Amino acid sequence: MLSDKDRIFTNLYGIHDWSLKGAQARGDWDGTKAILARGREAIIEEMKASGLRGRGGAGFPTGLKWSFMPKESDGRPAYLVVNADESEPGTCKDRDIIRHDPHKLIEGCLIASFAMGAHAAYIYIRGEFYNEAVVLQAAIDQAYEAGLIGRNACGSGWDFDCYVHRGAGAYICGEETALLESLEGKKGMPRLKPPFPAGVGLYGCPTTVNNVESIAVAPTILRRGASWFSAIGRPKNAGPKVFCISGHVNKPCNVEEELGIPLRELIEKHAGGVRGGWDNLLAVIPGGASVPLLPKSICDDVLMDFDSLREVRSGLGTAAVMVMDKSTDVIRAIARLSQFYKHESCGQCTPCREGTGWMMRVMNRMVQGRAELSEIDTLEQVTKQVEGHTICALGDAAAWPIQGLIRHFRPVMEERIAAYKAAHAAPAVPAMAAE
Amino acid sequence: MAKVTIDGIEVEVPNGSNVLQACEAAGKEVPRFCYHERLSVAGNCRMCLVEIEKAPPKPFASCAYPVADGMVVHTDSPMVRAARRGVMEFLLINHPLDCPICDQGGECDLQDQAMGYGSDHSRYEENKRAVNDKDLGPLVKTVMTRCIHCTRCIRFITEVAGVPDLGATARGENMEVGTYVEKALGSELSGNIIDLCPVGALTSKPYAFVARPWELTKTDSIDVLDAVGTNIRVDARGPEVLRILPRLNEDVNEEWLGDKSRFALDGLKRRRLDRPWLRENGKLRPASWEEAFGAIARRMHGVAGAKIGAIAGDLCDAESMLALKDLMGALGSANLDCRQDGAKLDIGRRDFYCFNSSIAGIEEADAILLIGTNPRREAPVLNARIRKRFLMGGLQVGVIGAPVDLTYKVARLGEGPQAIAALGQGGEGFAGVLAAAKKPMIILGQAALARADGAAVLAAAWQLAVSVGALASDWHGFNVLHHAAARVGGLDLGFVPGPGGRDVAAMLDGSMEVLWLLGADEIEAARIPASTFVVYQGHHGDRGAARADVILPGAAYTEKNGTYVNTEGRVQRGFMAVFPPGEARPDWKILRAFSEVIGKTLPYDDLEALRARLAQVNPVFSRVGFLPRFGCSDHTGPRGDAGAVGAAAFGEAIGNYYQTDPISRASATMAACTQEIASPALLAQPRAAAE
Repeated sequence: MLSDKDRIFTNLYGIHDWSLKGAQARGDWDGTKAILARGREAIIEEMKASGLRGRGGAGFPTGLKWSFMPKESDGRPAYLVVNADESEPGTCKDRDIIRHDPHKLIEGCLIASFAMGAHAAYIYIRGEFYNEAVVLQAAIDQAYEAGLIGRNACGSGWDFDCYVHRGAGAYICGEETALLESLEGKKGMPRLKPPFPAGVGLYGCPTTVNNVESIAVAPTILRRGASWFSAIGRPKNAGPKVFCISGHVNKPCNVEEELGIPLRELIEKHAGGVRGGWDNLLAVIPGGASVPLLPKSICDDVLMDFDSLREVRSGLGTAAVMVMDKSTDVIRAIARLSQFYKHESCGQCTPCREGTGWMMRVMNRMVQGRAELSEIDTLEQVTKQVEGHTICALGDAAAWPIQGLIRHFRPVMEERIAAYKAAHAAPAVPAMAAE
Repeated sequence: MAKVTIDGIEVEVPNGSNVLQACEAAGKEVPRFCYHERLSVAGNCRMCLVEIEKAPPKPFASCAYPVADGMVVHTDSPMVRAARRGVMEFLLINHPLDCPICDQGGECDLQDQAMGYGSDHSRYEENKRAVNDKDLGPLVKTVMTRCIHCTRCIRFITEVAGVPDLGATARGENMEVGTYVEKALGSELSGNIIDLCPVGALTSKPYAFVARPWELTKTDSIDVLDAVGTNIRVDARGPEVLRILPRLNEDVNEEWLGDKSRFALDGLKRRRLDRPWLRENGKLRPASWEEAFGAIARRMHGVAGAKIGAIAGDLCDAESMLALKDLMGALGSANLDCRQDGAKLDIGRRDFYCFNSSIAGIEEADAILLIGTNPRREAPVLNARIRKRFLMGGLQVGVIGAPVDLTYKVARLGEGPQAIAALGQGGEGFAGVLAAAKKPMIILGQAALARADGAAVLAAAWQLAVSVGALASDWHGFNVLHHAAARVGGLDLGFVPGPGGRDVAAMLDGSMEVLWLLGADEIEAARIPASTFVVYQGHHGDRGAARADVILPGAAYTEKNGTYVNTEGRVQRGFMAVFPPGEARPDWKILRAFSEVIGKTLPYDDLEALRARLAQVNPVFSRVGFLPRFGCSDHTGPRGDAGAVGAAAFGEAIGNYYQTDPISRASATMAACTQEIASPALLAQPRAAAE
């Protein structure tokens, strides 16, 4: 369990002042100049040593990602783009970071940009986050005014500008290359990779796209040292992480916890336990809408980190824990997610465009049980035909929840179909009177 | 070069190629819908998936994956086959499968590839998607339910045609391709999206439900509705030409075709001259060939050669022009002209009237100056080549002439010929660009030449070419852009006034007793006085025929074996696809037959002999298809006086792209285009593309 002294987001609940004064009182912007003075290589090495894995869902090592940026510019500018398009259902961590601790993010932008040789950072914030964008812009203005960013940021000699761009609310614009397209003013559709953004990104220039949380924890890591960070959590799954617990718990909340905390402990300690007690638990989606759900039997002792959840064929994702108790119609819950992915598919590539609609329609029938038993297998095959065949990961995200459902709740689906058949059995043919 | 192993076959491909190209180099066919060599890579159909060793264990879109040295690729592994079957199933679930009533049937990529990767039944139990059809104007018919969202049409219209008319709206399975606000496509190349569409979503509107591809006889030919010499394939069934498609020729048209050339074919069936006609008491009456020839022979009898003239039109083949020239020679006439618009072309040297840099050479140019030409209307396929070069980067284009939207950024340098001399003096702006360019091109249009000071403009442009270094030993940057298919051939044959001969304008004003019009319809026929006896030989009842005293029915370009020389000076041959209608005959045969009637028999009895004579008159005719590139070492210019240029602004050689010749004027499709596309565009102020 994370002790209070190891918390990074000390104003996650907004009980203190979010502004520059409050942030500085909590230790932000402390010695930033000295951190920058260590130089690009040292910062990246420290980040690598900390073992920080990207907090946006994929869990790619952040320091390694920064190191992909060209060391010497070929004349093109480099950019940092911060992905604040937090649209994964169940996830609300970046939102609280931005509205209650915006200076952590801004300081992180400066340090990260410096480490990758970028003079500009764009924060692409979800369109629905209106108030958050207002707070973020106000915090940026404060930082400019205090000379912390802008020309000769923090007196370090490094020029740095930070811009906020509001999206228009499309889920796909949270995919890093679709985000870049959208930022350039085009339709938000993922790009083909390669080339990767570190080579050809925003406006064709080297770009790194990072999640808000990944950037916001960077200053603290550099202040307290990589060894402090890597000592928290489990090997290869280091550090504290903000978990978003929602659904059938007594006290839904955001909480910063060690990676590798048992799921049961996370829910019972921080969210007041499952509604009706742990035995009333049906299933948990451990990492946002796009990862497969886990039935209670697995939830009993699974640890909440990237590798543990992968072992049980799910994922940490954004660490958005959605709890479902036994009152839940789990088929309907997953069908709702299928509707979401069908609605948010960009329509660019075939498997996702056609597959999400197909999956949604079959899932809608599965909710009623209006299907054949063999269609469960068909549905699973369809998810396999989508998974791994698309340009971006939205196809995978649409496929996994259904795969999880079939893997763990197939008997429920079969019962539903049987019940529907029984209720809608064709009336027996009346015997022919003539004979 | 990268060494790549495809299914065990080792091939070397240039660095920067994609895996799909490597597969093709190894002779492995990779199915695809969205990928097209001439368009940007979209990678969205996911049909070209392949397996790459030592990469993550999932299939990769080969069209979007760059090759690397030592890469090992499998195009036929179980994983690849399963992936392609999956994609095919997805493409088919919302595809209507209305193949029996689909015009694409028989030449449909989806149909073909479904044979390889489709299933024999559908697992899709839900309702299929239905999409409203879009009205893209009179040329392209849409059945949008069939669309598989490959975006080839969008990419073609945006990238090649350079008109931002098409795009996709909505997202996911609701994504629809269309013009955002319903309108006709405003491109002269829009028909090409029909060829590009891999399914039946975009088909030809005039050709709808007309024929199946396997019923058609396919004949290679050359387009004559502009001077590019686009290589075409004429698809015919029985006596009817039903469809015209482009053929691949990298040096000329790549694989594109202008809309007029593609769609004006219904004009080949209307207003045709299918029998000889004779004017009696002011009215034309049907006649036999003997009567018609007899009437001409009687009228010509005793008329001095100097009183006989001949004008060749814009669509004529070289063979018939030579036959007419020889006939006029036999009659002792030097009154010949093939320049109906009166362009002051100088035939002193071939490079004074050809597009010397060649069309493919445009891709090497680094600065282009357009003088009195609107290539978008005069040669849309060539304009697409300039745009292609523009998109490669590093090309600057200057325009002297009317302000028009050419689909690429241009610098406007003035509207009249006096701007030409100003450029030669060097200095700032475009003059500096031209002077600094390594391979500058100067393109002179007919609007700059068909005017009183045309010869002066020609000379001034040549002088400019000399002074900016456009004429080098390995680069000839002086170009004349024609829009009449017969023009360069006519000039090559010397179909211009001989010593003491009269030109078109002089022949029309009554000095001729007999005037022979070979498909000449772009002249002011009303100026010909009643005293002149007019023989019209041609295929359409157009302006020339209306004035004629005797009409001799000839063959249109699809109905004869003909030689044409395009604006580059490239000699190309078209073949006969259908027979001429009724009693109409190939034009050279008519002239040969007539020459016998008047006892001046032309010395050739078949096409081979006539073509031998062609090569004898000008050796360029012996080299078909191939165009040698020349530099220019002799800087002596055309005869005109460069200082005598006037002040009047250049006009436009072509007002309405869709109706420029007897065939397109007879076409109902082109009339519809004029009404729906050209007229609104003419009414609207030209969009200033200069930035």
